[in-house]
Amino acid sequence: MDVIVCVKRVPDTETRIKPSAAGTEIDSSGVKYILSPYDEFAVEAALRTVEAAGSGEVTLVTLGDAAGSETLRSGLAMGADKAILLEGSSTMDGLATAKALVAEIESADAQLVLLGVKAADDDQQQVGPMVGTLLGRACVTGVTSFTVTEDSVRCHREVEGGVEVVEASLPAVLTITKGTYEPRYASLKGIMAAKRKPMETKPAADVAARIAVRSLTSPPARAAGKIVGEGPDAVPELVRLLREEANAL
Amino acid sequence: MAAKFEGIDFYDIDSLLSEEERMVRDTIRGWVEDKLMPIIGDAYVDRRFPKEIVPELGELGVLGANLPEKYGCAELNNVAYGLIMQELERGDSGIRSFASVQGALVMYPIFAFGSEDHRTEWLPKLATGEAIGCFGLTEPDYGSNPAGMVTRAKKTSDGWLLNGAKMWITNGSQADVAVVWAQTGDIGDVKTIRGFIVPTDTTGFSARDQKGKLSLLASDTSELVFEDVELPESALMPESSGLRSPLMCLTQARYGIAWGAVGAAMACFHESLLYAKERIMFDGPIGGKQIQQVRLADMLTKITQGQLLAYRLGRMKDDGTMTPQQVSLAKRANVDMACDIAREARRLLGGNGILVEYHSMRHMANLESVYTYEGTHDIHSLILGQTLTGVAAF
Repeated sequence: MDVIVCVKRVPDTETRIKPSAAGTEIDSSGVKYILSPYDEFAVEAALRTVEAAGSGEVTLVTLGDAAGSETLRSGLAMGADKAILLEGSSTMDGLATAKALVAEIESADAQLVLLGVKAADDDQQQVGPMVGTLLGRACVTGVTSFTVTEDSVRCHREVEGGVEVVEASLPAVLTITKGTYEPRYASLKGIMAAKRKPMETKPAADVAARIAVRSLTSPPARAAGKIVGEGPDAVPELVRLLREEANAL
Repeated sequence: MAAKFEGIDFYDIDSLLSEEERMVRDTIRGWVEDKLMPIIGDAYVDRRFPKEIVPELGELGVLGANLPEKYGCAELNNVAYGLIMQELERGDSGIRSFASVQGALVMYPIFAFGSEDHRTEWLPKLATGEAIGCFGLTEPDYGSNPAGMVTRAKKTSDGWLLNGAKMWITNGSQADVAVVWAQTGDIGDVKTIRGFIVPTDTTGFSARDQKGKLSLLASDTSELVFEDVELPESALMPESSGLRSPLMCLTQARYGIAWGAVGAAMACFHESLLYAKERIMFDGPIGGKQIQQVRLADMLTKITQGQLLAYRLGRMKDDGTMTPQQVSLAKRANVDMACDIAREARRLLGGNGILVEYHSMRHMANLESVYTYEGTHDIHSLILGQTLTGVAAF
């Protein structure tokens, strides 16, 4: 069973983000980039699926600049078999991204296309469902675990107050979220093997983005704390403020 | 909750590393953060080597990581190997010691001096951690002077008879196999010292933990005793030839220590910097006081120097140009540096610094062992002195 995983290179979630001088993107100097953590769940899910099936390949696809190869390499080190870098601009426009990915993967006969539920940087949650729509395949979002049968896939989703089990016919597109797919560490042998695995670089399909970021600013600095007094005498005032101003009680 | 450790790289040494080397480093860094840091404090206080991590180290490929793939190892270059040691010792010197002994002092000699049968029998299971090894060279009265060892291997009609004792043996009581160095000729003859592979379940072999340590508490240190241990002919490592062979192993291990010390120093600096920014005293963070700023500036400077030393040493090892004397210089300088930083970090942390939830005092205590083992600081001084003057002081 072959599985395709679409992945994205994002700033490390521990990084302190600053807007660039132009004010429409982040200042990338000194920023460490990683494979989006949600996509790591998807890679893990794909590896387990192929391992359970006993045959098949996991192919990674990303859209972005040349640095994307490093992100792909970390997925290959986890155990994916091959990778494709679609060289083009990473964009806020989910549809443009989805079209570029679909242009590459529509001809592949993978029964499953997996993505992280969202990119850890822009949080838009658009690309997965759009890939499903463009491919004309069933799409299940926010999947925490799934099992593949002959011609369908049973997915678990965490919904408000419970767990929902849905079945979709194959081929299908799933977006994966935090659940059972705690990503494995890339072993050192995996890292060494990754450099020998095939990685293809090709220009991304020329798709115009119709959404652009106009401004990016940091959140306002947190206001200084308030000291209401000292000792037991201050308690009534503290309780009043917690109740009336902070609505914490 | 302390901020995630992200390393220290004031001189952009990352740009000198390959993508693979960075990936290896980041993998081990992540593992230490997620798996080792949550347990190491308790293990230390309980004086317990956390044996449960051994299979994980095996699965990651840490054990003997620079040895060939055909024996189940990752075949990394020496810079990547060094970065692994750095990250492990960022966690704890005892854990790095475990990996150093297994890789550099057990797997390396089996690879370099053993027969092909030895290699295929032992290396794959040592790589996965299924088997644990120890290295017996030092004796109660022969530490800095291993040439005088009194452990004897006497030739018998069908093998060898081993008698003697070894001390300060890391992993000794946990080990499945011991690489033992013994005198096969006259005491004091460095040419007739040979290496033997001794399964620890052989009759006459016993190991006992050494009690009363105040350092490396999350690591086992043992005494090995050999009482008429009968070994087959095949226990001898055929390519071992004189004291030179164990000294070659020590060069491998010292190389890893030169990197590991940088990791311990980084851990102390990281903790100090966070604490200095957050600890409020006299209405402001102590990091705003000149005395702490001097401490932090000194730490950063020394760590950067140590990183460059280790990095350059690694490249020379990969080029095949590294000399044992260069390893002596790096082991001596970097461990000394780490000892200084750990002590200053502990002081910067004030009263809190004596608690196990902070890491600097644990590193400080550990590093006293690291300063002393694998060639004491003083012996490395004399090695360099001999190199410079041509006159041996020992």
